Formats: sequence, C-alpha cells, structure tokens
Amino acid sequence: MTHSSWAYLSNYLIYSAMAVYTLAFFAHAYETAWAVRAPEGPAVEGNLLVKTLDYSRTERVARIATAFMILGFLLLFAGVVARGISAGRVPWGNMYEFSITGALAFCGAYLVALRKYDLRWLGLLVSTSVLLTLGTAITVLYRPSAPLVPALKSTWLVIHVSAAIVSGGVFLLANTIAAAYLYLDSMEQKGERKAWAKRLPSLEVLDQLSYRLVAFVFPLWTFAVIAGAIWAEHAWGRYWGWDPKETWAFITWVAYAAYLHARVTVGWRGRKAAWLCLFAGSTFLFNYVYVNIWGTGKHTYSGL
Amino acid sequence: MTSQEEVTEIGGVSALRFLWRQLTSMRTALILLLLLGVFAIPGSLIPQRTQNPMKVREYFVNDPTLATWMDRLSLFDVYGSPWFSAIYILLFISLIGCVLPRTVEHFKASRALPPLTPKYLERMEFHQSWKASGSELENARSWLRKKRFRIQESNGALSTEKGYLRETGNLFFHLALILILIGVSLGALFGMKGEAILSVGERFINIPTTYDSLSYGKLFNDRSLSPFTLTIDDFQAKYDSLTNAPQDYTLTVTATDKPGATPVKRIIKVNSPLSFGATNVYLQANGFSPIVTVRNKAGDVVLQGAIPFLPQDANLTSIGAIKVPDSDPQLGFVASFVPTAGRDAVRGAISVYPEALDPKLLFSIWKGDLGLDRGTPQSVYRIDTSKMKQIGLNSLKIGETFSFAEGSITFDNLVPWVNLQVVRDPGKIYALLGAIVAILGLLGSLFTRRRRIWVRVNQNGTIEVAGLAKNAAPGLEKEIAELVTHLQKERT
Ligand code: HEM
Repeated sequence: MTHSSWAYLSNYLIYSAMAVYTLAFFAHAYETAWAVRAPEGPAVEGNLLVKTLDYSRTERVARIATAFMILGFLLLFAGVVARGISAGRVPWGNMYEFSITGALAFCGAYLVALRKYDLRWLGLLVSTSVLLTLGTAITVLYRPSAPLVPALKSTWLVIHVSAAIVSGGVFLLANTIAAAYLYLDSMEQKGERKAWAKRLPSLEVLDQLSYRLVAFVFPLWTFAVIAGAIWAEHAWGRYWGWDPKETWAFITWVAYAAYLHARVTVGWRGRKAAWLCLFAGSTFLFNYVYVNIWGTGKHTYSGL
Repeated sequence: MTSQEEVTEIGGVSALRFLWRQLTSMRTALILLLLLGVFAIPGSLIPQRTQNPMKVREYFVNDPTLATWMDRLSLFDVYGSPWFSAIYILLFISLIGCVLPRTVEHFKASRALPPLTPKYLERMEFHQSWKASGSELENARSWLRKKRFRIQESNGALSTEKGYLRETGNLFFHLALILILIGVSLGALFGMKGEAILSVGERFINIPTTYDSLSYGKLFNDRSLSPFTLTIDDFQAKYDSLTNAPQDYTLTVTATDKPGATPVKRIIKVNSPLSFGATNVYLQANGFSPIVTVRNKAGDVVLQGAIPFLPQDANLTSIGAIKVPDSDPQLGFVASFVPTAGRDAVRGAISVYPEALDPKLLFSIWKGDLGLDRGTPQSVYRIDTSKMKQIGLNSLKIGETFSFAEGSITFDNLVPWVNLQVVRDPGKIYALLGAIVAILGLLGSLFTRRRRIWVRVNQNGTIEVAGLAKNAAPGLEKEIAELVTHLQKERT
C-alpha cells in the first residue's frame, strides 16, 4: 500500500468510528431515557431503589451501547495507527492528529475505568464528546498526512506527546465526572433525584472517583511536562522559557497540585473540590484549543 | 515601665510566631499554589520582553500611556516581576517551613513502632469479631509479617501499620521541588546565552565579540566562557518537494575544545546540539548569504564578501542590506533575495521554494550618507536612506554584473548561513535530578496506601480485627477480608 492509500484508509476508519459512536450515542440515550419509566411491583423493605425501578428492559440496549463504544474505540485506534503509517512516523504532528489521538485516549480511559467501576451511565457524555472532537477534527482541523518538520523529529516527541495525551484523556474523564457530580448535587439540593438519575452512582462515589482519576494521572502529567522540558532543552537550548504553551502546562500542573492539596491536606470534598477540578481541567482545554490556534510562541504545530 | 516593655517584646515574638504558623499552614499553601497558577496567566496573554520584544514595542507605539503603566506593573516581564517572585518565594518558604519539621517527625516515626491498640476497636472501619480458637494471634502475626506490616504487640493484641512510603515519597516530592528551584536559580545566576550568525566557511571563536547578541547571568563573567572554536564546514537543508516543509537540517562543523586541541568533525542537528561541558551549541535558524563584489568607477574592489539576508517567509524570501561605506560617495543596496524566483501579484518578487534553484538578487541602489558614524546602532538588514538618493534599480542572477554611474556590482555566488545559539546552564542538571526525584516521590506517595490493622484476642475468648486507612484510601476492606479468611481457614 502507498502512503496515500494508508491515509485514505485512516480517513475511512475515522468516519466509521464516528458512525459507530453515533450508534453508541443513540443506544445510550435510549437507555437513559427509558430505563426507569415503569416502577414495577410494591416497594419491598431493604433496597428500595432497585426494587422500585426497572432497568431490565433497557439492559440489552445498554450492553449493545457498550459494545459499540468498544467497536468505536477499535476503529478509531486502527484509524490513528493507519494515519501514523501513512506519514511514516508517530501520528502526533498536527492538531488534527492530536485530536483524534486525544479522543482515543479519552474513550480508552472510559473503557478502562468501566472495567472497575459502574460507569456505563457516563457513556452518553463520552460518546457525545468523542463525536464532537472527531467532528471538529475532520472538518476544521484536517490536514493531509505529511512528514514532520525537523523540530518535531525526536524520540521525545513520542514520549512527551503520548504522556500528555493519555493524561489529557484521563483528566477530561475526571472532569466529566466532576461535572456530573455538580449537576446531580444541584438536583439533589432541590429534592429527590429525577427518576432517570436514580441509578447513577451516589455523590460520594462520584467525588471519590474523580479524585482517584486525578491522583492516578497526576504523576504522568508531571512526567509529560518534564519530558517536554527535556525536549525543549534539546531543541531550543532552554528547558523552560515561559512560552504560552509551557505556561499553560505549568498552570494546569499547579491547578491539579492545588486540587490534590485541597483534598488531602485541607479536606475539601464535594462541590468545592469538583469546581476546582473543573477549573484545572479547563486550563488543560484552554491550552489545547486557544494556545494551539491563536497563541504565539514556539509551539506552533497545529498546522493551521 | 519595664514590665510593659517586656510585654510588648513577648507580643512581638508571639506575633512573629503567629505569622510563621500562618505562613506554613496548609490553607496558606493552597492559596499560594492557586495564586501561582492564576498569576502565571497574564504572561501567556500579554507579549513578554524575553520572547517577543517586537510585540512589546508595538504596545509602546500604539498606546504609550497604557504601555508605560503596564510596564510599571511588570506586565511585559511577568515571570521576573516582583509580585510573581513574591508568590513563589513565599510558597517555597512555606514549603520549607512545612516539610523540614515533617521530615524530622517522619524520621522519628519511621523508626518507632505503631501506637498501642486502641481500646474500642469496634469504632474502627471494617470491624469484625468471632470466637477465637487459639492460634489466631500467631497466624495473624506471621501473615502480617509476611506482608511486611510493622508490628507492635502487647497483652494479646497486635497493632500493625504499613505504608510509610507514602509519607516518605511525599516528603521527597516536596524536597525535590526545592532542588528544582535551586537548579533554576543556579542557571539564572551562572548561565549565559548568546547568538551568532555564521556563513558557511566562517569561523566562530567563543569570545564576547563574536556574538551578535549575548546575555549573562548576574554571577557570570567573560572568563567563564568555554574556550572552544568552530568552523562551519557545510550546511544541508532538505525540503519536501510537495509541501515545501523542511525535512532535515544538517550542519557539519570542525570543532576544537580549547586552543591547541585536535580539531574534530562534528554534526549539529535541530534536536541534537553539540556540547562542550555545560555549554551547548544549538542550530536555530538558517538563510542565505549572497556573495557580492562591488567596484567603484575606477574598477577597484570596494566591497567583497558574503552578506547574510534575513528570511521573511517559509520559502526564504529574504531582505538584506549591502552597505559600502568605503566608496566615495558611500553606496547602499536595499536588497531582497529569492532562492527560487517567482512572482506574486501583491508582494512582487517572492521565492516559491526554499532551496536555491533559481536564485535572484533584487536591489535598489542609493548613494549619499549611510549614517554609520552617527553612533546610533543600525540593523544590518536595513539601510537608513533618509540622507541618500536612489540612483538605480535592478536584479541579478549568479555570475551577472550590473554597472551604474558610480561603479558596478557582481552577484558572485551564495552560501547558506546558520544561526547558532550558545547556552551555558550549569543548573540544569540539578533541575533534572529534582524532577526525577519528584516523580519517583509522587509515585511512591500516590500509589502507597497507609493503613493500620489491629488484631486482638479478648479475655472472653473473642477475636477482633479492625483497620483504618489514611485518607480513606480504598482496598483495606479487601485486605482485612483476606486476613479474616486466612485466620478462619486455619481454624477449621
Ligand atoms: C510548590 C508548591 C507545592 C506543590 C506543587 C505541592 C504539591 C503537592 C501534591 C501534588 C501533593 C499530593 C501528592 C502526595 O500526596 O504526595 C501534595 C501533598 C501534600 N503537600 Fe504539597 N505541594 C506544595 C507545597 C506544599 C506546602 C507549602 C506544604 C505545607 C504547608 C505542603 C504540604 C503537603 C502535605 C501535608 C501533603 C499531603 C501529605 C499526605 O497526607 O499525603 N505542600 N503536595
């Protein structure tokens, strides 16, 4: 196969992944909307919630939804790999490629977390975000597959960017959960949870989960920033120059450090912690979107 | 009177102690961390002098009053500003004040045994109790020892603890941050950074006058410059013929470490600098230097040499100035150079490919006063034509000569030039070391669970097992369940 046929294959795979994520989206939407319509039988003493709500009729759809999420992940993975083959390098040379790999990492983080925690309810949000990311990538950010400019030719590209993308995926998952926390919390403040939301995990579980995700990837993000500094030292002669991209990576790092501090030493939980988590996550997104596209500085690899 | 004085003095000391306690409190640390993040933001949105001096100048041209005020607030120099420094200095004082006592405490604690078993175990998490059969305590002891719990035993009760690495890692992480700061400061104080533009064939000697720009740390002096020399032998740039994007730059030099040393051939690439101890030489940018010969009316050579031109776009359309101060009258050529000539409706002559496939030198000729001895520094790429008169306009290919009233100019050839950046940073090794320790510390801290498990056989023959996890870390429940299964299995 030639380079350009690999590139075409990659595009087809990305489109197919989008189609599959769309199906996953509808399946999750169906599950969320119909799961609890019909309370069945009298409430029995004990676990009142489960007894009065009926999930069984959407269980099949829900399983199918997860299957679609996995299939979408595999297609997207193949698409990213094909893109790399077509360019003869790791597929992290411009913003289109960062976006498809980022979506892959986000979805991957969700699927891994799903093995350990009951996160299926998050599928709706995850499929929506992945679709939006891929949609923007393929319409706005798309660039033909091409070799790297000399500054990007380095082993550190592989190390730094892969660490950053995986961290980003997990940070965003933690953010999604923190947002869900805030939403459900305000719902509970007004009274009881709405029927469809009753099966979502308790606030405590959500709170712990977003903390655990952040604590899990914080070392990786630290590593990504340091690897970037080492690479900058090789390429530009200084390991830190307060370039906008570096500055925002630092801000994200400090913000998550503050979040961990707030939780571990000052004992923040719940709303306050969730807001801080959202703040930290938004600095990551800001860095990705704003600094890549409108920012100045040495990190101008968006290819736009 | 005396008593009153004493009172105020004690008041002063206790006020100081109060301040110190405030500064080293967790809440202050959190606030300072958040402030550090927030106050780093303006520097990424407003152009900074160290990165983008041109943009800063634009601010001063567009709105001098506003720019002056912004400058007073150090907004063009955020990361060296008094307020940004104040935040991180306070943060690090707080860090030291917090971490040193904790290190001492932890050192003591790490050699001590866990505290005695509390009286009311049923208040702890995961409390279980059942009728003992006799050998449980022994079994529990060996099970916990195998799992490397630290054990304190008294009166038929085991108090055990595991996960000291959590605190150790955390302390190392925080101490490593201090090491990083030390590394950064050493670099700023004892480092240097300079740039020089060199055409192929030229020689670079590492002394201050060879540099086009040079900046030192506060405690660096000329003698600290490493005594190496470089000769630029060859420069090759490869481009993608479809996208015109650069693919590879290779610079070949002959280097000597110090006067008298044997010269060696070395290669410099964008991601692989050349090192002389703590000094590195980086390849930063490249362009073309046309080689020209200018003759006067009598036919004598008044200027000959390679003149670096400054690239304006990715295809290396370049501008430059050929200044001939030694002719009478003085001559100047306001010139542009295109490696592969093409035309653009708006911009006129432009380059359409970054390699020299169809090179062309375009210029207007000026005579009069170049203004070089007026003392104000001038750009080497521009000519101040305010005291000059234009006398001609032309373009040349390699080998061609153009004659005009005051003489002639020949475009002999061209050579590439490279911009070398020379950096000495003796602190970076400490920063790197700090970074590695910080990550290892973080891993140790965030992935270790610190927890206590108690096992007690009571007078009435029941056995109790309970646990407590610091920071509500998960997993203790499973561990205790395992222990309980182990103990109950032994019984049957
Ligand atoms: C440069 C500033 C600082 C940064 C980036 C930072 C970062 C962090 C991070 C990421 C953690 C959580 C990870 C872990 O548990 O090891 C942490 C924990 C902690 N930090 Fe800091 N910190 C800073 C300054 C401080 C200061 C000034 C203090 C004291 C006032 C402090 C005291 C602590 C304590 C007590 C913990 C929790 C230990 C535990 O119970 O696990 N830190 N810090």
